[in-house]
Amino acid sequence: MSTISRDEVARVASLARIDLSEAELDRLAGELDVIVAAIAQVSEVATPDVPATSHPLPLVNVFRDDVPEPPLPVEDVLAGAPSAEDGRFMVPQILGEE
Amino acid sequence: MTTTYETLVDYTDAVERYDPVLGIEVHVELGTRTKMFCPAEVEFGGEPNTQTTPVSLGLPGALPVVNGKAVEYAIRIGLALNCGIAETCRFARKNYFYPDVPKNFQTSQYDEPIAHDGWLDVELEDGTVFRVEIERAHMEEDAGKNTHVGGAAGRIHGAEYSLVDYNRAGIPLVEIVTRPIEGAGERAPEVARAYVQTLRDIFRALDVSEARMERGNVRADVNVSLRPTPESPLGTRTETKNVNSFRSVERAVRYEISRQAGVLDAGGRVIQETRHWHEDTGETTSGRVKSDAEDYRYFPEPDLVPVAPSRDWVEEIRASLPELPAARRRRLQGEWAYTDLEMRDVVNAGAVDIIEATVAAGASPAGARKWWMAELGRRAKEQEVELEQLPVTPAQVAELQGLVDAGRINDKLARQVLDGVLAGEGDPEAVVVARGLEVVSDDGALLAAIDDALAAQPDIAEKIRGGNLGPVGAIIGAVMKATRGQADAGRVRELVLERVR
Repeated sequence: MSTISRDEVARVASLARIDLSEAELDRLAGELDVIVAAIAQVSEVATPDVPATSHPLPLVNVFRDDVPEPPLPVEDVLAGAPSAEDGRFMVPQILGEE
Repeated sequence: MTTTYETLVDYTDAVERYDPVLGIEVHVELGTRTKMFCPAEVEFGGEPNTQTTPVSLGLPGALPVVNGKAVEYAIRIGLALNCGIAETCRFARKNYFYPDVPKNFQTSQYDEPIAHDGWLDVELEDGTVFRVEIERAHMEEDAGKNTHVGGAAGRIHGAEYSLVDYNRAGIPLVEIVTRPIEGAGERAPEVARAYVQTLRDIFRALDVSEARMERGNVRADVNVSLRPTPESPLGTRTETKNVNSFRSVERAVRYEISRQAGVLDAGGRVIQETRHWHEDTGETTSGRVKSDAEDYRYFPEPDLVPVAPSRDWVEEIRASLPELPAARRRRLQGEWAYTDLEMRDVVNAGAVDIIEATVAAGASPAGARKWWMAELGRRAKEQEVELEQLPVTPAQVAELQGLVDAGRINDKLARQVLDGVLAGEGDPEAVVVARGLEVVSDDGALLAAIDDALAAQPDIAEKIRGGNLGPVGAIIGAVMKATRGQADAGRVRELVLERVR
């Protein structure tokens, strides 16, 4: 049974700003379904007493002292910018807000 | 700007017929030296993009490391808000696309905030205490700053393009989220304002942030909903973003209550959405429709290990917490022997610190309060400045009161001395000397003036001689006039009575 619908793929793609064609939506819905089904096998062995793991290392509290280090030079910062003005990144018109 | 066509309901009418419920999210920028996840220095007003690292720019392969000081500050805030501190918690990625978020996600906390389930008692201007329940306080990072070019007055609307500065991206933030604030009724706007103000005072007392509203160190998002009665289920809420002054918090809540009442009266439904606050018009306008929480596709941050503050560390931080503003106010009121009303006026005037400094400089608490609240308060109001901005120091006010207490000047002369101090003529002592403002303490000179006054008003003199002390004031007044105010009225009175016997 399919658990990942075509609509779901379209919605997630839109959230991730990925433009998918109709054909891609069809294909990915099927592929993602297989992947989800494979991962679902984990839940068969994970009992409620096994806490969810977000990190494989048994480490906590890895902190840095609050001491400044030199920043990137602004030329380097902007070197990868498609365009810049007044030391700032230039981005296209922002729509959909305000 | 979007024009609103909604009918506002008169505020008093709105709160008579609807019960407002608030929810407030306050973001505070922590005053650490470096950013949350990288060692770029935090400095206000730097040249654009001069305070960044690969981490704060979200460059591929860059790995974040948590600033331990920021975690400590977050715990301090949590403890001051009577929260529990998580034994273990994680960071999470909040995914969304916006140019000021260089990684395309904000590193935040989701289901495991560092602090949870607290409360804060908020004192309103009339002394009423309102308890606000805190749901959580979590750690996250600030976004960069967009500047919109080409639109009117820097607004996004009509802009041709935008410029982005990432200096602010990655500055540590703590976001404090309340539970629904119920039962405030018509005082909801005032409660909202007092809550944010109380938090600001706590941030400063804890020394975790400069907490300057005008710099955006503290920002509030205000959720408002209405329901017919306190027993009804919660209504649909709107979230007004980035309300950045105490007064605006109050106005925004008030506006939303009037607006939503208008929508409901017309048989409409309040839309769950983000709204924008406009300082100039005092209105909110519709923004984007609020995303569902799942649209942010939160998931645990794989690049950071959990934060698990040991109980020893938490207790160490608890023991190091300074006296908080409310406790300090209670202590000072006791030490100064002010009435509740006097203390409230001092607090509302923002004069606690300055009076404390004046008392420390040697003034009596009553004297310090008298000068700052009456004479100097009036002048600050006339000039529309804060007390601290008047060109007079607590030490000078203490010295002035000392001169009055020593009988060298009276209150009237003291006001003239104060004029001199405020005009930059030096300390009170120097002004007294330079302007020749000392009281006439030479009884001979006073007696001569008294004799003149008695002679000039023989009928009054006769009444006094006859035992009627009512008109003594007239003689004292004449003497004060003759000495241009430089006499001690009490001494003049004594001499007048001696003279007529």
